[in-house]
Amino acid sequence: MASFADLGVFLPGLLEGTRVTIEITVGGCILAVIAAFVAAMLKLYAPWPLRSLAIAYIEIFRGTSALVQLFWLYFVLPNFGILLQPLTVAIIALGLNIGAYGAEVVRGAVLAVPRGQWEASVALNMSRTQALSRIILPQALVAMIPPWGNLFIELLKSTALVSLITISDLTFKAQELNTTTYRTIEIFSIVLIIYLVLSLFITTAIRQLERVAATGLARGRGG
Amino acid sequence: MFWNWQFVGQIIPLLAKASVVTIVATLLGFLIAAFLGLAFALGRLFGPKWIAVPLIGLIEGIRSTPLLIQIFFIYFVLPEAGISIGAMTAGVLALGLHYATYCSEVYRAGLANVPRGQWEASLALNLPTWRTFRDVIIPQAIPPVVPALGNYLVSLFKDTPLLSAIGVLELLQTAKIIGSENFRYTEPITLVGLIFLVLSLLSAVIIGFIERWLKRNVMRS
Repeated sequence: MASFADLGVFLPGLLEGTRVTIEITVGGCILAVIAAFVAAMLKLYAPWPLRSLAIAYIEIFRGTSALVQLFWLYFVLPNFGILLQPLTVAIIALGLNIGAYGAEVVRGAVLAVPRGQWEASVALNMSRTQALSRIILPQALVAMIPPWGNLFIELLKSTALVSLITISDLTFKAQELNTTTYRTIEIFSIVLIIYLVLSLFITTAIRQLERVAATGLARGRGG
Repeated sequence: MFWNWQFVGQIIPLLAKASVVTIVATLLGFLIAAFLGLAFALGRLFGPKWIAVPLIGLIEGIRSTPLLIQIFFIYFVLPEAGISIGAMTAGVLALGLHYATYCSEVYRAGLANVPRGQWEASLALNLPTWRTFRDVIIPQAIPPVVPALGNYLVSLFKDTPLLSAIGVLELLQTAKIIGSENFRYTEPITLVGLIFLVLSLLSAVIIGFIERWLKRNVMRS
């Protein structure tokens, strides 16, 4: 039977794993945002060689499985003489994976800004870079916050995969404790709750950000 | 050498055999997801409160925790409850359950888009609830959401490599075994990536095709 009386036995290990999970999530999120913006801008505005590079990146990372990408970077890159720490591989693989989905989010949000905004910027004699950075992107940013929240949660969930390339994240610790103590129900229940709490945290933070951004936009429009 | 074509020729038959397992897992998983998802959506929208409220909690819980943990949970916990199942069954169940929660949101959107008048007309015709659902509401709710369901089919397909974690001999697990037996990971894992890329691009094309067909032949405004 499940008994949570001796929680203290599992908790230190699981919390240590949680720290690794959070590290990978944060690192992955930062990389994902950067990759997404670069890829989206290239796909939208770059000349064709760069544009096709961006399209190839987006299609390859969206068309294959995150775990396959992780394994490819982990097992195949060393053959090309590139030796990376497992933790770095994890952040790169997950960040680039979510970044590819994020690129489409960014592109969609930029395209959703009304054409009149571009025309007004041209009328004010702004260059394309100026218009993009001062007029278009600030408005697009507000629209892309909720889908980014979903992507960050996806990233958090996919950090569980890194346990399969021997990183001792939360899932890895759970597996380890499971094979030594056989307290399957308790361990995996606690782990599910920890992931749930982490994703609730992301949801709340994103909702807060959304509210702040929306008021900023309303003020900018004189509303 | 980075790439050995002779080795590729040797391992392709093995990977082809493994891709059958991947495809079977995808289809069975999606079959569960499609039906269970509809049940979730109906229960959440039309069930009594004591069904709807726990169901919402369950759906949100499953959606915000990792699939890999759910696979482990089903694989390790069900035997403790006296139900012994194989790795493939556990994996397919976990995939089905996980994606059922995503599909239920899709169905929910479809059901919400059926005009109120359709309900009122069914009531006026004195149709029993069951027939209202079967013959009036569901046939109108599902065709518009088929493309969204198709996208989840592709996502589910891309998540099948997770089954390698409990030892199901699908594509990735086979590639790993080939890699560890021959000390060459480059070809098997790259090929697995390519197979996934080709199959998911192909299914995106097929989904687009089905979408247009449905728009022409099934949906009438």
